[in-house]
Amino acid sequence: MQIKEEQLVWVSAVAYADLAINTGRTIRYHGEEVALFKFSSGNVQAISNRCPHKNGVLAEGIVCDEHVFCPMHDRKIHLPSGQVQAPDTGCVKTYATKVQDGLVYIGFCGVKELAG
Amino acid sequence: MTHKEKLVLVGNGMAGVNAIEHLLKLAPEQYDITIFGSEPHPNYNRILLSYVLAGDSKVQDIVIHPYEWYAANNITLYTHQTVTGIDTAAQTVTSDKGVKVAYDKLIIATGSNPFMLPLPGADKEGVMAYRTIRDCEIMLESAKTYKKAIVIGGGLLGLEAARGFLNLGMKVDVVHINDTIMDRQLDRPASKMLQAALEEQGIRFLLAKHSAEIIGDKRVTGLKFKDGTVAEADLIVMAVGIRPNVQLAKQAELDCNPGIIVNDYLQTSVPNVYAVGECAMHRGVAYGLVAPLYEQGAVLAKHLAGVETGPYEGSIVYTKLKVSGVDVFSGGQYNDTEGSKAIRVHDEFSGIYKKVVIKDNKIIGAVLFGDTSDGTRLMQMIREQTDISGMGKTAILTDASGSDSSASSGVASMSDDAIICGCNGVTKGTICSAIREQGLTSVEEVKNCTTASRSCGGCKPLVSDLLAIRLGAAYDKQAAKETICGCTEHSRDEVVAAIRDKGLTHVREVMSVLNWKNDEGCSKCRPALNYYLGMVHPTTYRDDSTSRFVNERMHANIQKDGTYSVVPRMYGGVTNPAELKRIAEVAEQFNVPTVKLTGGQRIDLLGVKKEDLTAMWEALDMPSGYAYGKALRTVKTCVGDTFCRFGTGDAMGVGIQMEKRFERLNTPAKVKMAVSGCPRNCAESGIKDLGVVSVDGGWELYAGGNGGVKVRVGELLTMVKTEQEIIEFTEAYLQYYRETGKYGERTSEWVNRLGIAHVREVVENEERRKELCARMEATLSVTQDPWRAAIDSSKIKQDLYEVVELK
Repeated sequence: MQIKEEQLVWVSAVAYADLAINTGRTIRYHGEEVALFKFSSGNVQAISNRCPHKNGVLAEGIVCDEHVFCPMHDRKIHLPSGQVQAPDTGCVKTYATKVQDGLVYIGFCGVKELAG
Repeated sequence: MTHKEKLVLVGNGMAGVNAIEHLLKLAPEQYDITIFGSEPHPNYNRILLSYVLAGDSKVQDIVIHPYEWYAANNITLYTHQTVTGIDTAAQTVTSDKGVKVAYDKLIIATGSNPFMLPLPGADKEGVMAYRTIRDCEIMLESAKTYKKAIVIGGGLLGLEAARGFLNLGMKVDVVHINDTIMDRQLDRPASKMLQAALEEQGIRFLLAKHSAEIIGDKRVTGLKFKDGTVAEADLIVMAVGIRPNVQLAKQAELDCNPGIIVNDYLQTSVPNVYAVGECAMHRGVAYGLVAPLYEQGAVLAKHLAGVETGPYEGSIVYTKLKVSGVDVFSGGQYNDTEGSKAIRVHDEFSGIYKKVVIKDNKIIGAVLFGDTSDGTRLMQMIREQTDISGMGKTAILTDASGSDSSASSGVASMSDDAIICGCNGVTKGTICSAIREQGLTSVEEVKNCTTASRSCGGCKPLVSDLLAIRLGAAYDKQAAKETICGCTEHSRDEVVAAIRDKGLTHVREVMSVLNWKNDEGCSKCRPALNYYLGMVHPTTYRDDSTSRFVNERMHANIQKDGTYSVVPRMYGGVTNPAELKRIAEVAEQFNVPTVKLTGGQRIDLLGVKKEDLTAMWEALDMPSGYAYGKALRTVKTCVGDTFCRFGTGDAMGVGIQMEKRFERLNTPAKVKMAVSGCPRNCAESGIKDLGVVSVDGGWELYAGGNGGVKVRVGELLTMVKTEQEIIEFTEAYLQYYRETGKYGERTSEWVNRLGIAHVREVVENEERRKELCARMEATLSVTQDPWRAAIDSSKIKQDLYEVVELK
């Protein structure tokens, strides 16, 4: 199911209930790989699945208070903003998410042929 | 208002900008400052280019002064502009873009140029130097298309470039004119050890080779030598040396030979014109390393600020090679000269070589290979010309001062200008004021605030000493109280006591009751708490997978590309044809790219996708080898008396028994064991967390050995008569380690901390041993194979191993 909303293509990814708390899920969509998280608060956040430092897989990091620690070299990344925390620097692409009818949707930047 | 003087800096590099930064601190309002730089970047840390090339840093990570810094200090910055003329009479400079600026004081810091060998064909495509960000970018780009590089020059820079190419997946030859590499810094034994280490990493050396011609059509295809041989390459980097960049200075008729000649206050032969850094020639020496440049800059800044300063009297240089996996240090006069004597230690087992050169009872130079931890201390003794006549000769090579080392490292007597962190150019003064003004209390905080010790970490002991001096007794207290992590003020012992006394049962509860600063902790404390809870409540605690590091959560080792490695259990390193066939078939079925034998006598299947893991485990039908965990890894064995004519004990049998007994046991850090059938010790029992050796009439148990980062020979724990006793004492030993070890602490560190006599006393006390064994029994009674658990649970498969492919 795909709905066009502004420039974003909302793609339904997984059932909200199937997401385990503080455990990243790997989502692939047209060559993009996204790490999807559900926090203790119940909020959902999606982020590009690679650490800007050395491409560590963020979906497998330890999650604490809306931050993920990259499993490769322990860079700490604030998930809602994508900002790598001091003293390291850098930024990870974030994705919009929404929960609707029990499904988690991820907003991908418009892919024309799919925006039906 | 007085009129501000105009200061112009030509050269936007480390030496010049460091001098300006220093000057701004001393006299922020004295000058109107203009800086010209030829490169299109703000000042960056050229020494860290090798990290960029090695892929450990990005260009933006090595910028020292971002554009904001120039703006904040009202500095007019012209990047990507080269000053082409100085009129020393009118006191103006002119750039290649036509900008003309007047000066009252002028600093020339044009650095140096890489020396390009004038070989026939040197103008071909693919021949380059290694000096700038641009060079680095070209090299990174080239690695995508080209596969074979030659680095001409086996010095520091050449080796760093070569190592960078390896990381980029290229083959690389290093060509050197002499038969020993880094011969400007190392003596022959150290050079040969370095060569062997780098050869092992994959660099090929062509030594005592004279380059004659670069061959190829448009682009280079190879390098021809004077002896007629040819080496193929599609990229050639020349790293044969640098020459002071004095073109501009010569034009302005400054005295040069070959660098710009300066006096002890960095003044050139022309009034109001100064030179600093690699382009300058001081008392006949042009320096190419960072510490001297900063020392010059400090004197220049004080002089320009009108602050009283002693003269710059030259520097004693030292070098650390910054390539991965090899520790090399060289300082002062490292070669034997007339009247000098040397102390040498050469440990071929550990690959450690140390040489200290002494003349007239003073240390004048040192070379260290394999263990460079003494480098800063020795350098200090060289600088201070410490009289060593009263010191034991071997004591010079080992820091005997133990924990209270502030006196010996000599930081107290260093001047505020002294560079503590050579990689990032951080001075003692900077660190001390950061400690004072920002209330820093740990090396970690100093690192985060000032970047000191951020790169190679070699200066950590000095930073720690500075903290000790600044904070006095308060620092000792901090050091003695080692908290679990930054989230808490509590130590390991306090947390474990609270878990026991207050009956805490899960991670969040511990953090909440003990007032953690972050609700959900961090990647350091969460796994530690999870371990301590499981250790205290072995049968009732429910493991928290979200508090496990990736490898222990996934039960496989994550690799740098995000794939995993799979190591099935092979008890005692003993297998059979049917098992090997099955492993082979599974490897083929799942297209495993690499199959490798591990050091622990088993088979590693590398490059497995996470979504394939559970299916692969099912097909293997073998238990997890726990090659990823803080747990029992392997029990290495020799064939023992089953086959060996020297064997006196059944090493394989005992090893298999031990591995079956302790498999799946979580421990504070990984545990490796071994069983050897005779004192020839083919299973290397002397460097294991617990090593068993069969001797006439019984078995010896060695504890706290380690063959890893810090090699430590195990100490004799006890001797036993029967195989049953081996298991019993091992249970007690491991359980005592589990109960008193800090999370992450190997038995080598733990035995060191507690002392082998204490550990022996505990395990040899029958009553205590029985208690420990009983708790071990309880712990082991509830473990289950994690691979089987994942195969059997669709929830675990979905939560941890599923990849959702969206259309």
